[in-house]
Formats: sequence, C-alpha cells, structure tokens
Amino acid sequence: MALLSVDELSVTFTAKGRKDSIAVDGVSFDVAEGQVVGLVGESGCGKSVTSLALMGLLPAKGVRIGGRAVFDGQDLLTMSPQYRRDIRGSQLAMIFQDPLSSLNPVVPIGVQITEILERHRGMKGEAARKEAAHLLDRVGIPDPARRLKEFPHQLSGGMRQRALIAMAVACAPRMLIADEPTTALDVTIQAQILELLKELVDQEGTALLMITHDLGVVAGLCDEVNVLYAGRAVESAGRRDLFTYPTHPYAHGLLGSIPRLDAPRGEPLRPIRGSINDRIAWADGCAFAPRCDRYTMECLTGTPELTEPRAAGHQVRCVNPVLPKSKAEVSA
Amino acid sequence: MTTVTKKADKIDRLAELMQTTEVTSGASLWREAMRRLRASKMAAIGAVVIAAFVVIALIGPWIAPYAPTAQTWRGDVFPNRGEFVGMRSGNWFGLDHLGRDVFSRWLVGARQTLLVGVVSMLIGLVVGALIGVCSGAAATLGGRAGQRVDTVIMRFTDIMLSLPSLLLAVSVAAVLGQSLTTVMIAVGVVQIPVFARLLRGSMLVQGGSDYVLAAKALGLRKRRIVLTQILPNSLSPVIVQATLSLATAIIEAAALSYLGLGNPDPAIPEWGVMLAQAQRFFDNEPMMAVYPAVGIIITALGFTLLGEAMREALDPKLRG
Repeated sequence: MALLSVDELSVTFTAKGRKDSIAVDGVSFDVAEGQVVGLVGESGCGKSVTSLALMGLLPAKGVRIGGRAVFDGQDLLTMSPQYRRDIRGSQLAMIFQDPLSSLNPVVPIGVQITEILERHRGMKGEAARKEAAHLLDRVGIPDPARRLKEFPHQLSGGMRQRALIAMAVACAPRMLIADEPTTALDVTIQAQILELLKELVDQEGTALLMITHDLGVVAGLCDEVNVLYAGRAVESAGRRDLFTYPTHPYAHGLLGSIPRLDAPRGEPLRPIRGSINDRIAWADGCAFAPRCDRYTMECLTGTPELTEPRAAGHQVRCVNPVLPKSKAEVSA
Repeated sequence: MTTVTKKADKIDRLAELMQTTEVTSGASLWREAMRRLRASKMAAIGAVVIAAFVVIALIGPWIAPYAPTAQTWRGDVFPNRGEFVGMRSGNWFGLDHLGRDVFSRWLVGARQTLLVGVVSMLIGLVVGALIGVCSGAAATLGGRAGQRVDTVIMRFTDIMLSLPSLLLAVSVAAVLGQSLTTVMIAVGVVQIPVFARLLRGSMLVQGGSDYVLAAKALGLRKRRIVLTQILPNSLSPVIVQATLSLATAIIEAAALSYLGLGNPDPAIPEWGVMLAQAQRFFDNEPMMAVYPAVGIIITALGFTLLGEAMREALDPKLRG
C-alpha cells in the first residue's frame, strides 16, 4: 500500500472574464515509504502546482482542484484545514526551490527551527535548542551552536538549503516533497544536497517526491519517474527503463536533447521543436502532437490512454510510441 | 473620490516600493540601511536639527533666562501704540505685547511642541498599526472571510483619508473641547489611516513571499506566522512614516493652537499659540511671529530630512 496515492489530480485556475487555465490535467502516481519518485517536465508542465496542491498551499480563490490524493488513508485535498496544518511539517514536509527567499530574513536560523519543534513536538527552551543544533549537525552544518544564532544572509547557499532541509525533517516526516531543491545552487553544492537527501531517505525510510527539470537529478536519485507534459503524465517508469528505453516521443526527445560530452565536435544539438505553448487540449488529443515527429491523425482523436507497450510497469501515453527496435535511434 | 484613491494609492505604492526591498539582503538590510543613512548628508542635517530641538525641549525651562510668564518689562511695550522694543541685550528675541521675554517663552515652548508631536504620532502609530495588523493578517491568512474583514477596514480608512486632515483634526478638537490632550488626540487621529494602510499594504506584500509559504508548509500556526514572519518584515516603511509623521504632527499641532483649539493655559507657552498671538501685532513687530514660525519650520524640516533619508536608505531601487 502506497503512502501517498495521487489519483487523477487536476488543478484549474479560474479568473473572471478569462478562459480557465488548466495547470494540472489528471496526474496519477504512487509513492511508497522509502521510495523516491520523480516528477519531471519542463517549465509550465504543472510540477510545482502539483506539489502545492498536495501541500494545500494553493490560494483558495480562483483555483479548482479535482481528483484524490490519499496520504496515509486520508485525502489531502478534502481534509479540514486544521488537520492539514497539523500534519504539515510533522508528517508531510516540503523543501523549496530558493533557500534564501524561503527563510525569514529577520529571524535567526535557530528560532526558525525551534518554532517548528515547539509547534509539532511540544519542545521548549533548552531542549528545543539542543535538538535544533542536533538537526543542523545531522544535515552537515559544521559548528551548529554558532550557526543557530546566525541570520539566513550570513549562511552560504548550500548551508541555507541544508538549514531548510533541517527544518523540513525536524519532525521526522513520513514524506518529503522537494520542489527543485537544487536549482538555485552551484553544481558542486547540488551534488552534496542530493547526497544528503538520499541519506535521509535511506536512513529514515522517508518517502520523497522529487520535483525537478534536471534529468541528471532524476538519474542519480529517483526510483520511479513520471514525465509530465502539459499537466499530464506521458510516461511513468522505473529509472532504468526510462533512461534506457524512453518510449514516449517527448521523453525520447528530452533525453535526445541532452548535450553529450563524448559527441563529436560540431555536432548540432537536437532540441524538441516548438515550445510548450504549441499544444492542444488533452481532451482533444495528445497535447504533444504539434511538436511531435511521429504524430498521425490518430493522435487527434481524444486523450491517448496509458498503455504498457514495452514492458510491464512502464506506462506510456502515446499511440505511436518509440519502441525498443529503435534502440539504435537512442544511441544514434 | 479621485483624491481619496490617489492618496490611498500613494500609500500603497510606498508600502510596495519599500517591500521590494530584497529579502536577499535579509537582516543585513538594516545594517546596509544604517550605513547608507550615515553616509547621507540629508540624514546628518536632519539628525543635528532634531538633536538640537530635543535638547532645547528637554532643558529649555532650565536655561531660559526668565520665567515664561513673568511680565517683567510691562512698562517697556505699548502694544496699543505699536511700540515694541525689538531685539536688545537681555531680551534677545525682544518682548511680547504683555512684556514677557520672547526668548524664554520660545525655549520653554519647544517642549510642548515636542510633546504634542511625539504623543500624537504615537497615538496614530499604535492605533493605526493595530488596525493595519488586523487588516493585513485578515487579508493574507484569513481566507475569504478575512478578505471581507480587510475590505471593510480599508473602506473605513479610505473614508478617514478622504477628509482633509486639518478639517478632521479641527472637528475632533471641537468635539473634545479645548485642551492639550485634545490637540494630541486630534492630530493623532489624522495619522491613524495612514499608518493602518501602510502597514497593511506592506504585510500584504510579505504575505505572498516564499518564506511565508515555507512557514505554512511547515504547519506553523497563523498567529505565529503573522507575529514572527510577516510583521517583522513589514515594519521598515512604518518606521520611515513615523519619522515623517512627526513633522506633520508638529505642524498640525501648531495649526490647531493657532486656530485657538490648543492648550488654553497661558502659563504654558507653545509655538502655535505664540504665533497666533503675534499675528495681531504683525505690522509693528513682525519678528515676534518669525521666531515661533522658524522654530516650527526648522523642526519639521529636520524630521522630514531624516525621514526622507531613511526612506532612501531603505529603498532598494535607489541602491547603488
């Protein structure tokens, strides 16, 4: 039984006098304890909106949320605000993209950590301070006692992200949602942060939902990957399957577009043509069709179903998938 | 209607402007601001003027050469015939129409002016900030019901803003009767909507920031988010406004005294009252009006200079 089971989650932004804008259009995935699941896609595909919807952080006004997201037997989307506040931070925590703007600039790190301990674990005074220092130590911040008194701007980028992670894991949550946790960091720091997250998952059995556009992060960390396009999963598979046999033309194109160090000099990059704005509504057909090299008239006859054309557990939403015979194509 | 919206817009814009103050610089924002404040000539001049004013206000009664009420030189002036002595040794600012030493009265009067300015600013600040916090908290974290509460409070402040400030102050003073407390309350009431709107606007900006989202994601309670996350980050425009308000408060307090709504006790001189009395003899002894007027103007200027310098120091768009 999965810890979090998201079923046909949809998020629509509505504004008076404007056409509704569908940000997430029926996303389904499961996350089990100790598992790392990736949500991958380009900007605007609905990754972050998915995470905010799960945390209940979308504004109440002008947003319509559909589907179900069952966390530990409770639907995250319909639970009472009071109950949701209680499990946020204690059982379900989130790590944000920009560590600096996600920390309160005028309050020392220590206070920001202890207030979570006070809120969820009822710790006070010296005990809370000790635990905060222990947490900082655990996420690899040296000299934690001194750092506790410092303000966010006095820490380096990597340390800020570590502090945010310390806050997220302060109450040993059962699940972490990381929304592009490494985007704002240097490459070397990125690797350290990913290492830290991996360690936490391995040691504590925490489930991790990793939201990213960085395929390198996915390759290094995730067990299962869901590739999103225009608010819907187009391919979901184990990491190995996805990277060896990308089957949806979009996933295939994404992997093909990564520049390779061993490519001969002067070889042109291979982008996916068009942009995410060139799309049709999923209701009418495959949203990726306008950018797809393989599309046929069949692509425009309603939403393609998720099928398993290649192997069990490797789901693809495409009527003309790129099948293994084209393995040569991948390496070409 | 348009002037109301304009005034309201201006305050909102100020709040927003101050709040784009990058979160990136964090608490160093204050340190950075202090550094730039120290480097600013405007701030230095303002600070010196204010310091001088405060010193005079504090020690005025002790350094005044004569009692402010002593009509020692009654025989030297004949206001009916327009005969004044003007400046002379012993009476540097001359004598008023009742034979009192203007310099002594000026020194002692500074204290009243400072008192009225500070107290009325504090009234405006405290009440205004309370309203602003309620409104801002309701708007950012109160959901739909909160937004309705916010709308009601803001329309109420709009109404207050739409009244010309002096008219509002005069009405309040007229209702409460003539006294020093009246002046303080009247001038303070005028400041309330300004502070309320400013704080609310700046809380709204902070309410949408990432760290508030992060705090929500960590399950912190709303009250806690308002007190430790939003409020401390929303205060800088309010502090600037408080300094600028002192200038307005001093001028408005003087205006009320001038209009005869101030402290009726002749034993306590006050610059506004002195100005009002000097008006009758302006043809013969204009200097009698000049001293209190200059006092009011210079002091107000000092607070304005410091306030503007603070605003610039805290404004990221002028940073460079």
